[in-house]
Amino acid sequence: MKGSVIKYERDNIDTDVILPGPYLKIHDYAELATHAMEGLDKDFHKRVKPGDFIVAGKNFGCGSSREHAPIALSYSGIKAVLALSFARIFYRNAVDGAFLLPIEIDESAYRDISDSDSLEVDISKNEITNLTKNKVYKMKPFPDIIGKIVEAGGLFNYKP
Amino acid sequence: MNITEKILARASGKTSVAPGDVVFVNVDKVMVHDVSGPGVLAVFEKLRKKGMIIDKIWDPERVWVAEDHFVPAADKISAQNVVMLTNFTKQFGIKKHFKYGMGQYGICHTLSHEEAMVLPGEVYVGGDSHTNTTGALGAFAAGLGHTDVAYVLLNGKIWFKVPETLFFKLNGKLPDHVMAKDLILKIIGDIGTDGAAYKTMQFGGTGISEMSVESRLTLTNMTTEAGAKSGIVEPDQKTRDYLAARGATKYNEVHSDPDAQYEKIYEYEASEMEPIVAKPFSPENTVVARDLSSVEIDKAYIGSCTGAKLEDLEAAARILKGKTVKIRTEVLPAAMSIFRKAMDQGLLKIFMDAGVVVGPPTCGACCGAHMGVLAKDEICVSTTNRNFPGRMGHVESQTYLASPLVAAASAITGKITDPRDIR
Repeated sequence: MKGSVIKYERDNIDTDVILPGPYLKIHDYAELATHAMEGLDKDFHKRVKPGDFIVAGKNFGCGSSREHAPIALSYSGIKAVLALSFARIFYRNAVDGAFLLPIEIDESAYRDISDSDSLEVDISKNEITNLTKNKVYKMKPFPDIIGKIVEAGGLFNYKP
Repeated sequence: MNITEKILARASGKTSVAPGDVVFVNVDKVMVHDVSGPGVLAVFEKLRKKGMIIDKIWDPERVWVAEDHFVPAADKISAQNVVMLTNFTKQFGIKKHFKYGMGQYGICHTLSHEEAMVLPGEVYVGGDSHTNTTGALGAFAAGLGHTDVAYVLLNGKIWFKVPETLFFKLNGKLPDHVMAKDLILKIIGDIGTDGAAYKTMQFGGTGISEMSVESRLTLTNMTTEAGAKSGIVEPDQKTRDYLAARGATKYNEVHSDPDAQYEKIYEYEASEMEPIVAKPFSPENTVVARDLSSVEIDKAYIGSCTGAKLEDLEAAARILKGKTVKIRTEVLPAAMSIFRKAMDQGLLKIFMDAGVVVGPPTCGACCGAHMGVLAKDEICVSTTNRNFPGRMGHVESQTYLASPLVAAASAITGKITDPRDIR
């Protein structure tokens, strides 16, 4: 996967800002995408391109269980979120619904990656290459079951 | 093993499990509401497009449905979502559907205990992050998204990583001016909004034994705000009495073994506790209420699964009796059964005499959806559970999270107020 970075240098980006409560009644995925990140960045929808990555701090996706959050990001074109850590329900929703990859990175990668950098993510090698800065970072490998669900393409395709 | 490990071992057919093990557990109960229900149906549609035939679910008897987030219907889309939910329950033969305007209905987490929908020892999952609430009855209760709930509805099971357990021990009985809400805000302030991420928060000690089941439910409800997978309290005589009063007497209690392991034990002295408030924009942003006595507010909100159970309304009424509110104040009982008890006990009269609006059960304003959202720059003191930017309305509004006692005291003064400072 190759794409460019939209970086939010903050922790605890919650589902209320990723997809605000009033839109929870909407189930049209494309329409949800037009409201992605609205609580934090009104320009996100104009800026995001297919294949982009979000880079953020710790506890990304905390708060509500709304699957609308990974759905809105996914249908905006986001392929992966690279964060220091993830809240549990956002993480499972992203993986089990096969909406996007939640990738845990370390502090040095988080500090090093800048907004608009071009990245290449290779989950088979657990590597992230920063094409802009010509650097390679390690991602935290997916735990066993997560790796298998990702490989299967979501929970419904996974055979326990 | 501790109680959570024992429940997950039993539900996965294993003699023992340890933190970190991934298990597929058989689910005992599952809940969807008017947001997650249509979300699950969207997953079903996606699966049908891929050729899957979905004409029945695993066990309609184990599924129950609430209408809470967008009732009374906020607009045409939300009205349609309730119709979808009704069609869903009819199609799949789900009998337990608590419908707005037809007797008992209310916030899903409140119904889970008011109606004894979940019992001690069970594995309960719901399409809502505050599903953790019901762990106060001694069940494993965790929130899931739409895909996972759809999977449970079709297969009756789901995967979990067995969580590490953090044990929170409360020594002694909380003083009268301090509520369970103050304790859980204090804990979240101490450990942070990811302090229990992926873990279980178990509550015990003499202070928890002294506490009512409703207070325990406030604790487990907000374990979500510390990132926890679940919150739990071991069942005791209070749990049994609470459930028996709601017609439930047959269940298999689970208790921790004497040599149960906990990742960490935190101790709190009840006598040292004070009213606590979480400032915008995070539940971990806590201070003692008295430090905020100069903060002027526009609205007091006493509602939600966290702060509108009967004892929450009783606490607010103790403060509001014979007083008049200085700011816009709303009380929304969390379920009709609570609304009725509040009426029978004369609480509604106290609220109305004080100038408070009493409204129907709904999640509406708590999640900024409808029924009284905040304008730009408005400031609210609220008995709810989250105060992220835009949570209760405009993204530049502000919410201070507090106990029903603090919210009621603040309603009288128009500033954030410790209940001890009301005469």
